[in-house]
Amino acid sequence: MNPRRKKRLTVISSILAGVSVVAGLSLYALSQNIDLFFTPSEVIQGKADSGLTPKVGQRIRVGGLVVPGTVKRDPDNLKVQFQLVDTGPLITVKYDGILPDLFREGQGIVAQGTLTEFDTIEASEVLAKHDEEYMPKEIAEAVGKHHVKPTY
Amino acid sequence: MWKWLHPYSNPQTTYNLCGTLTPWFAGISAILLTIGLAMSLVFSPPDYQQGESVRIFYIHVPSAMLSMGIYLGMAISALCALVWQMKLTETSIAAMAPVGATFTAIALFTGAAWGKPMWGTWWVWDARLTSELILLFLYLGVIALHNAFEDKELAGKAASVLALVGVINLPIIHYSVEWWNTLHQGATISKFDKPSMSTDMLIPFAISFFGFAFMVASLICIRFKAEIIARNSMRPWVKALAMEKEAN
Repeated sequence: MNPRRKKRLTVISSILAGVSVVAGLSLYALSQNIDLFFTPSEVIQGKADSGLTPKVGQRIRVGGLVVPGTVKRDPDNLKVQFQLVDTGPLITVKYDGILPDLFREGQGIVAQGTLTEFDTIEASEVLAKHDEEYMPKEIAEAVGKHHVKPTY
Repeated sequence: MWKWLHPYSNPQTTYNLCGTLTPWFAGISAILLTIGLAMSLVFSPPDYQQGESVRIFYIHVPSAMLSMGIYLGMAISALCALVWQMKLTETSIAAMAPVGATFTAIALFTGAAWGKPMWGTWWVWDARLTSELILLFLYLGVIALHNAFEDKELAGKAASVLALVGVINLPIIHYSVEWWNTLHQGATISKFDKPSMSTDMLIPFAISFFGFAFMVASLICIRFKAEIIARNSMRPWVKALAMEKEAN
């Protein structure tokens, strides 16, 4: 490589390295804000690194698994209530609206709304989260995964 | 390697190479896409959870992977353009950018169409979706910079710098689903583990992925040829080529 090209290569790689450090540091600083949702344990116990807990009245998103057996529907209207869990404490979600197709007990859910009590959220939107595994029904049954649509 | 590569710094040789490759790429792509899309959109089994909606996967994932792959190709070209200052590498960036932008747009649109029935929303500002949108803006920026200057050399240099700096976005897109809480699910195919997809869904995916990849290759070849002609319009061999076309 001739000296001029070598110089250009060093300049360009140092610029690239500098920009990646800047991007890395700013993403690291913003890491909590980039998270789409709080997990139920983060709502109660605070974020792992900063101990930050959302305040009552704050608009947040909570993401966790729907605890089987906690889904309660009002027979007269669309109001529904269920609990979310990740590893520890439970969060109660109250929602008035149509749930997404993938909503099932045990399913990952992201609920957006206002925290009305320290462990209760009044959701305005409920989104379903699915995992990255795809398989036909027969195989899912063979490995013991059942996804039956709930009937209430 | 340099000896082998050297003839291709001549626009005419590269033009001719692209000319010979294009029909091959297009042919292979047509065959693979016909088989792959028929298998994936009609014959592959529906998912145990998502039912028929999972078929969007076979178009969404290849276009998302290719949108990042084309960007990587563009960034490597940009590095060569800046360090070795070969004109053809700048030309190749101009050739790749619109194809990449199109595939990014396809990935975003099919993603929205998949998100609505499955998640319950067209769009959510999570890290994966936002970084893919930034990729689209990077492509558009590269295209805009190429057309913003009268002086093609200056335009090529400015676009190369943007293309190279933007490469930082690629690892962010890829790891966004691991670094942060996102609504988007994790990687199915592009990970070191075994793909988490059953074989009778993976094979149709692989065939359509390579079909789309060859389609991209042929589109880039066609665009590369057009860009070479546009930038060398004063050269005798281009004039001869034009005369030849006219005579036919």
